Amino acid sequence: MTGRSLPPFEVFLEANRAVVYRYLVAAVGSVDADDVFQETFLAALRAYPRCTEPDRLDRWVLRIASRKAIDHHRGAARRPVPVAAPPDLTAADADPAGDGLGPAARAVRDLPSRQRDAVAYRHILGLSVAETASLMGTTEEAVRANAYQGIRKLKERATWTND
Amino acid sequence: MDERLSISAVDADRRSRAAAERFRSAASESGLVDVAVGTLDSPVGELFVAVTPRGLASIAFEGVDRDALLTRFTRELSPRVVAAARATDDVRRELDEYFRGARRRFDLTLDRRLMSRFMLDVLGATSRISFGRLATYGEIAGTIGRPRAARAVGAALGANPIPIVIPCHRVVGANGKLTGYGGGLPRKEFLLQLEGSLL
Repeated sequence: MTGRSLPPFEVFLEANRAVVYRYLVAAVGSVDADDVFQETFLAALRAYPRCTEPDRLDRWVLRIASRKAIDHHRGAARRPVPVAAPPDLTAADADPAGDGLGPAARAVRDLPSRQRDAVAYRHILGLSVAETASLMGTTEEAVRANAYQGIRKLKERATWTND
Repeated sequence: MDERLSISAVDADRRSRAAAERFRSAASESGLVDVAVGTLDSPVGELFVAVTPRGLASIAFEGVDRDALLTRFTRELSPRVVAAARATDDVRRELDEYFRGARRRFDLTLDRRLMSRFMLDVLGATSRISFGRLATYGEIAGTIGRPRAARAVGAALGANPIPIVIPCHRVVGANGKLTGYGGGLPRKEFLLQLEGSLL
């Protein structure tokens, strides 16, 4: 434990709810962000008294959110998916959650988890390479590479949908 | 990339506010909340209450620094402090009944961890003053076997973490004067009028 002590959980929740939500919309999509948000903060509440990073709680909770997003994707892979979409849903398909986010935003959540987090932390939350590396427990070089590969895939995906 | 990759900060704030509200109820039901805080309206102003699994730990009048209180709960009770309104329902109901004149004693269980040893004695004696009755600081000091400690009794009552429910408003000066109250004298006067102890 560092010199600083933990703030009341309520204060921590208010300080970090928006950034976690924004990360989750990118990582799991607008529709499921809410559920994964609940799981993230319940896990945080469970672990809170044992948290050893009282002065980097934003990082701490984003790491939990990242793990919950991975769990969510694993679960989704096991869940049955409808075989064919009804033919008249093209408009809804372009923006199924009605949140103004297009195909590239939705492609973020389909990236491999390291690329997804690198893109989300760097390009959505605006964290520095150093902050992202510390958050992901990796090197700055690896962050740059993951973010680069992720963004390249998103661009391919965007071009491909626009054709 | 000109396409937005996530929702705007403004939307994230709005939507996370609703999600956080949902989280607070879920957390309360999960049994993971060690200190549930909430507010309730009363004729003596908005009350800020804290409830733990052991019982009611704190009632604070309007004007008390709530951030400082939350920090105190974190330090002395647990950092798992959440604004979970439903956990404070029993307190809300009993206080409503009291202020309506439909309740003369409280059945709430209390969490006394915010009290010092001396305060436990003083407030224990104070809890036995029934509705409509008064006692003096000197009488309380005598009851706890510290007859010369009337002043210290006054200080302990002033720091009562659970006013109204532990009726420190029923303790008055030797001449029957309302000498002081943690929540301010007008509130003491109001409570004693409600109980018919003051005309």
